[in-house]
Amino acid sequence: MSSNGLDLAIAIGGAAGQGIATPGNILARILVRRGLHLYAYNAYQSIIRGGHILLTLRTSDEPVHSHGDGIDVLLCLDQGTMDRHLGGLRPGARVIYDSGAIEPVDAPEGVVLCPMPVTELTGDSKNKLIQNTVALGVMMSLLGVDFSVLEDTLTQLFKRKGPAVVEENVSMARAGFDHAESSFDHLTTPLPDGGKPLAVWTGNQAIAMGGAAAGVKFYAAYPMSPSTGVLHWMAQNARDLGIMVRQVEDEIGVANMVIGAAHTGARAMCATSGGGFALMTEAIGSAAMMEIPVVYINVMRAGPSTGVPTKTEQGDLWQALGASQGDFERFIVAPKDSLDAFRTMAELFNLVDRAQCPGIVISDLLISEGTYSVDPDDIDLQPEIDRGALLTDPSPNGNYLRYAVTDSGISPRVPPGYEGFVHTVATDEHDEDGVLISDEYTHPHKRRRMVEKRARKFQGVAADVPAPVLEGPEDADVTLVGWGSTHGVIHEAAARLNEQGVTTNHLPIKWIVPFHGDEVGEILAAAKKVIVVENNHSGQFARYMRSETGFKAHGHIRKYDGEPFMPHHVVDGVLELVKGGTDIYVPYQEMIV
Amino acid sequence: MTTVLERDGLIGAELERSPAAAKDYKGKVSPDWCPGCGDFGVLNAFQRAVFELGKKPHELLVVSGIGCSSNFPGFVNAYGMHTLHGRSLPVATGAKMANHELTVVCTGGDGDGYGIGGNHLTHIARRNVDLTYLVMNNQIYGLTTGQISPTSRLDMKTKSTPYGNLEMPLNPVTSAIMAGATYVARGFSADIKHLTELIKGGIRHEGFALIDIFSPCVTFNHDNDFAFFKSRVKKLEDEGHDPTDWKAACEKAMQWGDEIWTGLFFESDRPSIDSLEPVLDGPPIARRSPALTAAQAEKLVSRMM
Repeated sequence: MSSNGLDLAIAIGGAAGQGIATPGNILARILVRRGLHLYAYNAYQSIIRGGHILLTLRTSDEPVHSHGDGIDVLLCLDQGTMDRHLGGLRPGARVIYDSGAIEPVDAPEGVVLCPMPVTELTGDSKNKLIQNTVALGVMMSLLGVDFSVLEDTLTQLFKRKGPAVVEENVSMARAGFDHAESSFDHLTTPLPDGGKPLAVWTGNQAIAMGGAAAGVKFYAAYPMSPSTGVLHWMAQNARDLGIMVRQVEDEIGVANMVIGAAHTGARAMCATSGGGFALMTEAIGSAAMMEIPVVYINVMRAGPSTGVPTKTEQGDLWQALGASQGDFERFIVAPKDSLDAFRTMAELFNLVDRAQCPGIVISDLLISEGTYSVDPDDIDLQPEIDRGALLTDPSPNGNYLRYAVTDSGISPRVPPGYEGFVHTVATDEHDEDGVLISDEYTHPHKRRRMVEKRARKFQGVAADVPAPVLEGPEDADVTLVGWGSTHGVIHEAAARLNEQGVTTNHLPIKWIVPFHGDEVGEILAAAKKVIVVENNHSGQFARYMRSETGFKAHGHIRKYDGEPFMPHHVVDGVLELVKGGTDIYVPYQEMIV
Repeated sequence: MTTVLERDGLIGAELERSPAAAKDYKGKVSPDWCPGCGDFGVLNAFQRAVFELGKKPHELLVVSGIGCSSNFPGFVNAYGMHTLHGRSLPVATGAKMANHELTVVCTGGDGDGYGIGGNHLTHIARRNVDLTYLVMNNQIYGLTTGQISPTSRLDMKTKSTPYGNLEMPLNPVTSAIMAGATYVARGFSADIKHLTELIKGGIRHEGFALIDIFSPCVTFNHDNDFAFFKSRVKKLEDEGHDPTDWKAACEKAMQWGDEIWTGLFFESDRPSIDSLEPVLDGPPIARRSPALTAAQAEKLVSRMM
């Protein structure tokens, strides 16, 4: 399928409880089945009923890297959505709404209103959510999609609820479709069809599935937005996949429970958000001290404290770097998108198994709760699994030392249950045999030997993960540096800047620890203007990068209002910073959600 | 200098060790407890219990938190985990879930289990994980040199309560019964024979077993010493108590005066989570191949289309 230049953002807005998810899912399925790419961002509030929700589905026949800069088709399910977003729409945008209940006030010039007389169309239906179905019919007409596509999807979706429900939904959708066919023009760019059908997942599902593919057999969690999707996926699939899943009383319990499971030889992980991660930190240090490989996932939301529970931020970098008391080795990785998060899980499990230490994944609301298309062939559910020096068929020689001092620092690990390998692991400092040296046996030379043994496990470990690579033109006027979830939006912004004549390249950072300080330092030293883009106030990554490279960035684009960057935020920031006069740009969030 | 133990006319519990039982289960290091500490009796009873049950050292996983009594795993010949303060129960739960063939025993003190780790105790009880928890309850914080614990008596004077303790002590036995524990007992570390039986019962019990053990601190608690308990403890087994009667169990557990009851207060056959969760049918999940099968992989992807 060759590109026809489609780049379309469809938004559905309403109050929580109005059933936005269902038309959103139906649309998403219809798009990806035609082979179209999808990037969906759901802006919502921490309220189960009421509040404002805006689900933006951006689609294209090319890969989509962000939720974009605006809305092309807006479906308003309530007056609030109309009031908030009508004024910000660009000429040519379409607005679908129930003309019997919602009033457009001061529509900007060029915005095309598409009223649906829902009561007229639906007659005496008692179904409060029926306007959603009518609107889907209207949407299909605007998109130039044959009604049968929607009919099939609705039939599939509602068949479990019986023929009456299917019949009602199909006929209401058709009423909307027919109304739109006779009243409104189709969009100018038709929705292409015939591409390779894509799959759809959320970032949390990708993370959970990545864990399962990596061989996770124990998952524990305490529900916390925006990480709960991982728990839901795990719970749903536990029995099919033989994964023990437990919801635990608190994150302290979670973090310790996964350590117990991992010690017996199972791959174990848990996910939480910043507040829960704070409670987990003592356990993370204990995994390092006992040398037990475990993976902790922090899906960041805006903090500090309870913060803004349903909004995104990259504010927990330093928390991850400083998680737990003491001086110890840990992996920290910030995947760039959902597919990368999926793949990272197996990669990280192999690393922590080899080094017998904790690993931390930093995701955020943007990656985790977003819905994305993915090529099913890119989902490798049987990746390479390397358990490192985990002995599963050991033969006793009478002299097993759990913490044997070795050149690599790695001591062969025998889990409990095997005859001839009895030992104790301890959170106190211990000697090679696990015997405590922290209390009456304190011995400075032994202590030093064990600290160095553990540290040796990380010697040269940077070679085990890929170094960051500059994307875009080599000799550029501007080098944008980002980490984790900003990858997509920076990628898109850089492309746009290049089109506008500002040569720009992009250095995305995924591995926080180990950090390729030398490689990054070299790239930055050769760059003309380095601008760090991050979703926080204090420039956590810029400061970390400076500590690892000695390089002071020339400019910063920072956003900390809870909403993710849109591409133009980065573009505008670069143009402003290139002009000079300031070294920090904070974009204004136009869309109030 | 006369030790408290000698003053009270009691024989040090460590002298009562059974050499036959102790030999196989003796750890790499000797206990670092104060001479005469009640914990010696618990160690002795534990070693006898696992010996008499025929448990081999490699079949056992002993998990502790932090505190004097949490040094326990280092003193026994068994797989051990000396975890964080208050966290033995979640760690042990994870270990038991991932390898349900292990016999898991948690050890710790009243501060570790009823204070900092109190939340976990409530939830492991209702979760009914098949493991045994030995709490060496000395009604004091010993390792931090003498402050009140959650089980210290009212008015008790310690370094943190120089004017007397204003806080009501909690009752571990009634708390555990109310939380859903399916085996709840109380022992006395000077009565090793009785305690051994209680521990054996706890290990045999399929579900969560709490054994609260009076294990006097000879250094920092001069209120609740061996003599205090020796003159007061009575055995429920001698009274014909019915351990399926939770109300009678709670009444007996609440008695605190000239008579203090020890023994098995409560037992129920509510199934453990280990037996309820079908994922654990078959070999331990820790021993299964981690990789997904081709069929599992195909099903996962097809559901995303």
